Amino acid sequence: MVALKSTVLAALAAMSMAAPAVAQEGYGLGTPATPEQIAGWHIDVLPDGDGLPPGSGTVMQGKQVYQANCLACHGADLKGTAPWPALIGGQGSLATAKPLKTVGSYWPYATTLYDYIRRAMPFQTPQSLSNDEVYSVTAYILHMNGILDEDATLDAKSLPQVKMPNRDGFYVDDRPDTQNTRCMSDCLKQDAG
Amino acid sequence: MTEHRDSAVRSASTQLSEQGAPDAPVPERRRFLAKGGALAGALATFGLAEHSLAQSGTAAGAETANLPPNVPPWTKQLGEPTASPYGKPSRFETRAVRNLYPGLTEPMSAYSTTPLQELDGIITPNGLFYERHHAGVPQVDPAQHRLMIHGLVQKPLVFTVDELRQFPSESHIYFMECSGNPSFLPPWGKTAAEVAGLVSCAEWTGVPLKTVLQEVGVDPAAEWIIAEGADGAAMTRSIPISKCMDDVLLVYSQNGERLRPEQGYPLRLFVPGYEGNTHIKWLRRLHVVKQAGYTREETAKYTDLMDDGRARKFSFIMECKSIITHPSGTHKLTRKGKHEMRGIAWSGRGRIAHVDVSVDGGNTWTEAQLQQPVLNKALTAFRAPFEWNGEELTLMSRAVDETGYVQPTLEQLTAVRGQVSFYHNNSIQPWKVDANGEVTNGRA
Repeated sequence: MVALKSTVLAALAAMSMAAPAVAQEGYGLGTPATPEQIAGWHIDVLPDGDGLPPGSGTVMQGKQVYQANCLACHGADLKGTAPWPALIGGQGSLATAKPLKTVGSYWPYATTLYDYIRRAMPFQTPQSLSNDEVYSVTAYILHMNGILDEDATLDAKSLPQVKMPNRDGFYVDDRPDTQNTRCMSDCLKQDAG
Repeated sequence: MTEHRDSAVRSASTQLSEQGAPDAPVPERRRFLAKGGALAGALATFGLAEHSLAQSGTAAGAETANLPPNVPPWTKQLGEPTASPYGKPSRFETRAVRNLYPGLTEPMSAYSTTPLQELDGIITPNGLFYERHHAGVPQVDPAQHRLMIHGLVQKPLVFTVDELRQFPSESHIYFMECSGNPSFLPPWGKTAAEVAGLVSCAEWTGVPLKTVLQEVGVDPAAEWIIAEGADGAAMTRSIPISKCMDDVLLVYSQNGERLRPEQGYPLRLFVPGYEGNTHIKWLRRLHVVKQAGYTREETAKYTDLMDDGRARKFSFIMECKSIITHPSGTHKLTRKGKHEMRGIAWSGRGRIAHVDVSVDGGNTWTEAQLQQPVLNKALTAFRAPFEWNGEELTLMSRAVDETGYVQPTLEQLTAVRGQVSFYHNNSIQPWKVDANGEVTNGRA
C-alpha cells in the first residue's frame, strides 16, 4: 500500500516535471469527452426540441407500447393505480381544492414527457425503450389527454410544436411571500385586532 | 455577545416562570418521586419519559438489579473486543432510526425521516440522514463512475472520482431539506420526525463546482446547468449558472467519510440552501445550457401550485424555519418544575439571527439562546428554559434569519398560497403539553 502510494506520487511528480513550462490554465485534470461518449449519455430533451433523436412514433403504435410496458402501474384507463400517478384527467381542476396534476392538466411542455419516459420509464426497467417506442407512447399519452389526434405521428420536428394546455400556468418563484413580524407580547390579541 | 445571550435567557426564564401555575416546584417533585418509585425517580431526573421507557417501567424489579448499591455485570467482566470494523450505535438506542415517511407503502420512490427527537446538536449522523430516492439506491462502483461536463463549454471533459478529489477541496457544514417537509394538509405528524424529519445537516467535503467549470471553460451564453444522476431515475434538475458559480459543491465526503450510497456515493451535487432534490446524487453529468431543461422534476413535481391554479416554478430556496425537538410529540414531562426546550433552526438564505419561543401558543415570546456555532445555511441549535406545573402549554419556536425574514405561521402561508401548494411549508410548529405532561402535535 505504502509502496503503491509512493509509486503513484513518483509518477505524479514525473508528470508534473514533464509538463511544459507553459502553465496550463487549470489543473490538467479530466480527459476530453468524445462525441461518442457524449452521444451515449446525453439524453436531455429541451423545450425547443434540442436533444430529440431521429425516429418517430404514432398514437396507434404507442397504444401497444403502453399496454406492454405502462399499463400495470398507470392502469388500462391511464388513471393510475395507487401509488402510481394518473396520466390523464384533471383539466380544469388546478384552481380547486382537489387539483389533479397530470400530463394533460399540468405539464407545460410535451418535450418533458419524451425526456422523462426515455430516462426513467418503465419504472422497473428504465432506459429500455427504443427512441421510436418513446415517440409513440408519448403520442399515445398526449392523444388520451385530448392533445393529439388519433392519427398523429410524433418526431423531432412535431413534438416541440405541441402546445400543452397549461403551457402558461407557471411563473418564477416570487418568495418571500409572508410578512410575519417579531411580535413579543399580546401577539394573539394583535392578530385578532 | 455572550452577555447579551445570557441576559436574554434570564429574561426568558423569568417571563416563562410567571406564566406557570403557582405551585411550589420542590414539594411537587417530592410528592411525585414518592409515588413513582425508584425508576420513575431516575426518569424524573431527566424530566422526560418516552413510550418505551414508560413501558419498561412495568419490569422495574429486573431493572433495579444493576442499580446502586449493586454492581452491574459490565463492571465485573470484559467487554467487546477492540476494532470492530465499523462502529455501531448502542443496541439500546432503538428509537434513533430512520422510518419510511408516514403513509408510504412503496420503498423505491420514497423518503425516510431523520429522528430529530432523538438527536442533539447540529450534525446528523450519516446513518440517520434523511433520504429521498426516486428509483431506489444504486450501488455505484467508484472506479466505473464518471462525471461528464458538456454543452456550452470550451472543452467537454470526463472526470474520474479520483481526479475530482485532486482539485482543491473545501468543507462546509450545511443543512439539506426536502421541499415537502411537510405538506400543508393533515394528517399532521405525531413526532418531530414526522413533522419535519426531512431535514438533516452534515459537514460536506468536495470541490467547488466553479473550480471544475473553470477547467472546462464555460461559454458566456450559458445560463443553466442541467445536473443528472446515474440512478434508475436519471434524476435531473436545472440549476442557474449564477448559483453554480457561487457556492455549489461537487461532494464526495460527508461528516469525514465517503458519502453513503443513499447520499449519492461516490459523487453528489450540493446546492446550499436549495431544496434537497436539486442536490443530484450519483452525479454523472452536467449539461451546460442556455435554457432550463424543464425536466419532469421541475415541472410536474417540485412546482408550487397556488390558489388561483397557477404554479411557482424554480422555487429553490428553503426558507427560514425552526422546530422544537425536545420536548416534542410522544415525549412526556414526568415532573413539574424547570425544564429546557431544545430545537433546531435553519435558513436557506444565510445565518439564523434569532429564535423566539412561546409556551402560550404564540401570545408571548421570549428569545432563546443560540448554541455556537451559528453557521451560514446550517442547522443552528437553540435552547430556552421553561416551567411546567401541570397546566396545559403550547410550545412554539419562531426563527428569524439574517435577512430579517421571520418564520411564518401556517395561517399566514396558506392565506397567500392556499392549501395545496404542497412544497415549502416552513410554518411555526406547535406542540401541546397536556395536564399529564404528554406532548402531542398542537395542530391535531
